[in-house]
Amino acid sequence: MTDAGFETSDLRVDPTGSGPNRSVGRGRGGVVLSAILPGVPQLLVGRWGVGGLGLIVWTALLAVLLTRWTRFAAGWGGPLDHQIASLTVVAGLLGVWGWSMFDVSRPAEVKRTGVGQWSLAAKAFEKNRIAVLGLIVVVCVYLIALVTPLVTPHDPATQASLVTARLVPPGGEFPLGTDHLARDVFSRIMYGARISLSIGFVAVGISVTIGTLLGAVSGYLGGWVDTVVMRFVDMVISFPRLVLLITIVALFDSNSIFMIMAVLGFTQWPGTTRIVRGEVLSLREREFIEAARALGFSRSRIILRHVIPNVLAPVIVASTLGIGNVIVLEAGLSFLGMGLQPPTPSWGSMVADGRDHLLAAWWISTFPGLAIVLTVVAFNLVGDGLRDAFDPRLRT
Amino acid sequence: MPLLEVTDLRTYFTTDAGVARAVDGVSLQLEAGETLGIVGESGCGKTVMALSILGLIPSPPGEIVAGSSIRFNGEELLEVKPARLREIRGNEISMIFQEPMTSLNPVLTVGHQIEEVLRLHRGLKRREARAAGVALLAEVGISEPDQRYDSYPHQMSGGMLQRIMIAIALSCEPRLLIADEPTTALDVTIQAQILDLLVSLQQKHGMALLLITHDLGVVAEVCDRVVVMYGGQVVETGTTEEILSHPKHPYTQGLLASLPGIGDRDVRLNPIPGTVPSAVDWPEGCRFRDRCSFAWERCAESEPDLLPVVAGASRSARCWLVHPDESSIDRAGKPT
Amino acid sequence: MISPDGVESAVDGNGASDSEPLLDVQDLKKYFPVHGGILGRSVDQVRAVDGVSFRLKRGETLGLVGESGCGKSTTGRAILRLIEPTGGRVLFDGQDLKELDRAQLGAFRRRAQIVFQDPYGSLNPRMTVGSMLAEVLKVHGLGETGVDRLARVHELLEMVGLHTEHTGRFPHEFSGGQRQRIGIARALAVEPEFIVCDEPVSALDVSVQAQVINLLRDLQRDLGLTYLFIAHDLAVVEYMSDRVAVMYLGKIVEMAAAQELYKNPRHPYTRALLSAAPRRDPRAGPVRKRIRLSGDVPSPIRPPSGCPFYARCPHPGKDEECRRLAPLLVEKAPSHLAACCKDPMPTDGA
Repeated sequence: MTDAGFETSDLRVDPTGSGPNRSVGRGRGGVVLSAILPGVPQLLVGRWGVGGLGLIVWTALLAVLLTRWTRFAAGWGGPLDHQIASLTVVAGLLGVWGWSMFDVSRPAEVKRTGVGQWSLAAKAFEKNRIAVLGLIVVVCVYLIALVTPLVTPHDPATQASLVTARLVPPGGEFPLGTDHLARDVFSRIMYGARISLSIGFVAVGISVTIGTLLGAVSGYLGGWVDTVVMRFVDMVISFPRLVLLITIVALFDSNSIFMIMAVLGFTQWPGTTRIVRGEVLSLREREFIEAARALGFSRSRIILRHVIPNVLAPVIVASTLGIGNVIVLEAGLSFLGMGLQPPTPSWGSMVADGRDHLLAAWWISTFPGLAIVLTVVAFNLVGDGLRDAFDPRLRT
Repeated sequence: MPLLEVTDLRTYFTTDAGVARAVDGVSLQLEAGETLGIVGESGCGKTVMALSILGLIPSPPGEIVAGSSIRFNGEELLEVKPARLREIRGNEISMIFQEPMTSLNPVLTVGHQIEEVLRLHRGLKRREARAAGVALLAEVGISEPDQRYDSYPHQMSGGMLQRIMIAIALSCEPRLLIADEPTTALDVTIQAQILDLLVSLQQKHGMALLLITHDLGVVAEVCDRVVVMYGGQVVETGTTEEILSHPKHPYTQGLLASLPGIGDRDVRLNPIPGTVPSAVDWPEGCRFRDRCSFAWERCAESEPDLLPVVAGASRSARCWLVHPDESSIDRAGKPT
Repeated sequence: MISPDGVESAVDGNGASDSEPLLDVQDLKKYFPVHGGILGRSVDQVRAVDGVSFRLKRGETLGLVGESGCGKSTTGRAILRLIEPTGGRVLFDGQDLKELDRAQLGAFRRRAQIVFQDPYGSLNPRMTVGSMLAEVLKVHGLGETGVDRLARVHELLEMVGLHTEHTGRFPHEFSGGQRQRIGIARALAVEPEFIVCDEPVSALDVSVQAQVINLLRDLQRDLGLTYLFIAHDLAVVEYMSDRVAVMYLGKIVEMAAAQELYKNPRHPYTRALLSAAPRRDPRAGPVRKRIRLSGDVPSPIRPPSGCPFYARCPHPGKDEECRRLAPLLVEKAPSHLAACCKDPMPTDGA
């Protein structure tokens, strides 16, 4: 009276179906190919998303390693960011190589124990070309930010001769030209990536942690807890954010990067809280939560183990989009001169620096501006792709 | 000439896992004024078949395979222009669905929604449409139709909403009404009301009724003839009486044996083992053989055709047990 | 009624024998506030369960049937204290559930469990079957080590007719019937004595429904379980239950042994329900004359003051008294209770 086999209504996709034949690129040839050029075997079988990502990361890091060997070697004894950069190169290369080798040598017919919601989402994401493109850009920007000390042609704060190297147009020694203080724009953009990304990452990390916990507690417990939390959210949201930021920065008279991160993070969370609370309110009515209560699970266990994992999908989407949002905000702050102190290179302040020379030297503002646009668009593409990939209507 | 004649209908869907053959060679006929029940479990293709008749299969991923034919009143529905299809859909074939709660627009009054149909398809003026609409509500048994006409869907119970859906479906006096699980979401006493209503309206208007359901009890109440579907195919057809009292196909027998009858407390139920196979991967040979207690080699070798059980009879079954070639073989436990 | 020691015991007014009921529900009430107005104050109450009493012996199954909104699911949840009852008492093995402290409530949860209707909504979509069951064992301190617990998980899966290979799979990889089996395994994990089955087969296909019904009956026989079996399908309830209670508008209107209730229904509502159920078997003999109820169930917000069924009652003898006075649930025949002040309706062509 047992019924093995899977649910099968007419439109259902068998979740264990291995999809298109992936055996090409495996076997001995695949392993050799993977050992030299990881990512290519995956590209050959049509998994261009992961294959392309692997190949790009592999070649870029390999190029860094080969062309900047001396800096790489010296990096280990240098300052922290040099050490991180060298470590990134090694870890990145080993990671991509190891992943590819594992992927090709895995037997074609894997007896998988179960395909979870996350793997299903990953599969759906991999099929969305635009989103994968966004992901590739995001990963590249992160890589650049991490390995910057190894690759920049010039020091971002050092001025070349003010007489000969001021406002040099793009090309030659300065690929993207120099600014009014004779600093290399290219190097400064690369350093700026570190600032933008780390601020985006940390600020969103703070806001997601606060937002998810508050939202989950507020939605699950309801009652006066919910009322208090949601009124507080309303209060925070009703403040004009930029004005608040400027006030705080002016008040403390300190523009350290940690200050900016904290201020952005502590004003970003209400959106996440609302999303999470809404999700939890509908989850709370689901029978598996009721079953957990019937089984005598504690409230904290139910919230942490049963509620939060089921609201993570929208939270991840919101935070991906949030990183783009925070990057734009930080650029805006820096543009107004309320961000990081010069000479720290930040994309926003670079755009501001070029403002006075826009007609004579368009490159000073344009390239950092493009960097902002490219990064933010990439984050938005990834966020939209994730939203589609997590969409439960696409599966059970 | 039958009112509706479906011949070798195949509706396939392209999915990640392969081609799902949701409806795979279904033929059936429906005479004017007749009630035909389509019975089967979820995944047997009954709803996809109904949507195919109405031309409501989204394409892609869906596709009606060449060679299929759906003739309504002599007109080939798979070849008519979209405009004509819409006309048929509104005026001559109507459909009601399982969930009356989600089939109506929640921000418009029910009267507005009835009026919309009347004005579009019958070309009535606003005032005439209101009068006709109120009359329709009265006809489907809604008390105080004049007041109810201006209510919103959320102000009504499920049974009342299903009555409204029936009123809308009837507004153009269709010749064929397709009802897809019309009472599944309703309580028994309300279900009985709705079934009574459907039967009386059908008799009054002389329309044909295609009733899709998983509930053999509903079929027994309402239908003249029954088509049993499994795995995208018709496995047995016949009159309601014949099918329910002398089922020939092991699947039909299994369905009947799965139902606890009132007063059978001490008899252990005898369910069909296993679950329906996947539409992308029907078993070779007979599609029911994995779950069939009578299956033998022949069932795996080739697929039986849907053949008359007795030569010339109205009822047929898709099973080697009742196949003329096999009739000489006497099998232990052969169903009677 | 024979008690375990073989002595014939008195039958009390509840139709169950006196021999220590496992569950004793006394005048259970659950009212939900209705919020309205600008301030969202509670302006009214939905009387979802309005004075329900019954007893349940060990190993017995009581079927609770009624249409949607009659309060049958709320009754099941209020008994388990998944929602706090507004009034009345629930005694489980002699202990008043209202007085349980946190630790005692935890212990109670090991003894009483619930199986839900919706096989899609009742399992956490992000946990494998194995981790879901192991979590239950861990929380209740069943099994010393992970290995012990895994062995028990395998045992549970096999008990409900699944395979050990299913341990690492996620809910969406199973069919509706299989998910319902997982839900049953989860309830069984704590080795309960009493299970509330809240429409456990309503969402399943006919053939799968029969598989799950057989499973529930087998488990009851093997493990000596006591069931409160809630459903709207009369045939399923009769098949599963020793006794059946019919609910209407938050009240039990009739309660009797299953066969007795179906053979001699005394309340007009039970009559109507039975005659409305589609006859499945054409061999079952001539169709009884239909009793068709008009209209819908009245709102439980302001239930009628007299007999709750008055507005829809088809009884030819209903009168002013019915409209004014709410009938009590009283014994009309041995162990057969009904809440109707009139004689049973004349049988018609049955």
